[in-house]
Amino acid sequence: MLILDAISWILDPAHWDSVNYQAGIREELLAHLWVTLVSVVIVAAIALPVGLYIGHTGKGRRVAIAAANVVRAVPTFGLLSLLFILIGIGVGPGLLVFVLLGVPPLLAGAYAGLEAIDRQTIDAARAMGHTEWQILFRVELPLAAPLILGGLRSTVLQVIASVTLVSNFGINSLGDFILGGLASRDYVQVVAGSVLVTALALLVDALLALLERAAVPRGVSRGDGRTTARGRRVRTAPTGTPIAEGN
Amino acid sequence: MAWVLSHLGDLWTLTLAHVGLSVPAIVLGFVVSVPLGYAASRSRIARAVLFTVGNILYTIPGLALLVLVPVALGIPILNPINVVIALAIYAIAIMVRSAADAFASVDADVRQSATAQGFSAVQRFWRVELPLAGPVLLAGIRVVSVSTIALATIGALVGIPSLGSFFTDAYQRAFPTEAVVGIVLVLVLAAVFDVLLTAVGRLLMPWNRRSSALGARVSAVAVPAHAGGR
Repeated sequence: MLILDAISWILDPAHWDSVNYQAGIREELLAHLWVTLVSVVIVAAIALPVGLYIGHTGKGRRVAIAAANVVRAVPTFGLLSLLFILIGIGVGPGLLVFVLLGVPPLLAGAYAGLEAIDRQTIDAARAMGHTEWQILFRVELPLAAPLILGGLRSTVLQVIASVTLVSNFGINSLGDFILGGLASRDYVQVVAGSVLVTALALLVDALLALLERAAVPRGVSRGDGRTTARGRRVRTAPTGTPIAEGN
Repeated sequence: MAWVLSHLGDLWTLTLAHVGLSVPAIVLGFVVSVPLGYAASRSRIARAVLFTVGNILYTIPGLALLVLVPVALGIPILNPINVVIALAIYAIAIMVRSAADAFASVDADVRQSATAQGFSAVQRFWRVELPLAGPVLLAGIRVVSVSTIALATIGALVGIPSLGSFFTDAYQRAFPTEAVVGIVLVLVLAAVFDVLLTAVGRLLMPWNRRSSALGARVSAVAVPAHAGGR
């Protein structure tokens, strides 16, 4: 069984260390996580302020949706190829692409999270004398936290999946096992690499799901947008993201 | 431009190959998702199970799934069927949510009226619920179509020809034009599919024509709440 061979390949301690410039699992895993982390931090620095601005003011929503639709259509692998040719070797082109494709889900999570909040709640806060900043930080952010984290979760998963592709351009990631294995017809290694990336994605997803659950403020029922005062159903927010290239 | 003119044959062949991978995946995704989405809209248990499985499958990175599908099914890795199945899995993972939303958007009063008028469950599904769910289903399949076409390019990394072959080739030869051409073709193909799907939607749902502005909004909103809802 190929899959069992792959699992014993992963469990073999010899494959965890780097030998003779042949990166081991540890090195590839750390590289993968590092690129993911840097990309996600940059994404958050861009998408959170912009998303909160759109959600709070209601301005620019159309532009954000249109931009997200265009990004969805762009093949990540193609953009990576082009930028690696034009800019050259190094993590730079990869980061650029990951940030580009990581922004829409978090952005959508941020503005949709704010939009899903009952207007009456916000008006009440305003009537109580909250300033706009206080409304944002004390009312909107806590209530929107689950959806924002949901957006973050999509972003992280997109990036983890896409980082696999940079192996084709000489950057270390877990994709090295898949592409390297394909090149040398070592299918055990190919499957081992796939299992590793999948396990990483599922693990990170599960952790973020727990975080998302923990972020629900006390007294707020989670999901379905059924938190409104008059029991109106609010359309579930568009935090979803499409499959992106690497995904 | 000279490169494009001298390689029109390749452009055509690879575009056809790309269509050959994407269309079966999109169609399969739709056909499988409609009944599953219907089940998810009617039963909490079905909903929980389908959404959980969908999320797990959706979480698997593309390149990994492309390699795991042939291992799971025991077919050669270079068989294009692998790409079709992998793409269909993602399509289903997204589309089941859309379909569940679509059927949930059918007013309960309308459904009960149909039952009261003597429609059997099957008649009610085909004549009442499916048509009324149509606009949201259309929005879902448009998202699936665009994503599938973009995603099909990674088949080239495993050695399955598609428009993605332009990317691998461009990188090997350090020839940016070819990568640009590939990206443009993917975008054009996605746009063409979107126009076709919209046209089919208008043909099948003429009552929906007036609200095209609304349709655009729905297509943005009906993106499955992949992250938010689970």
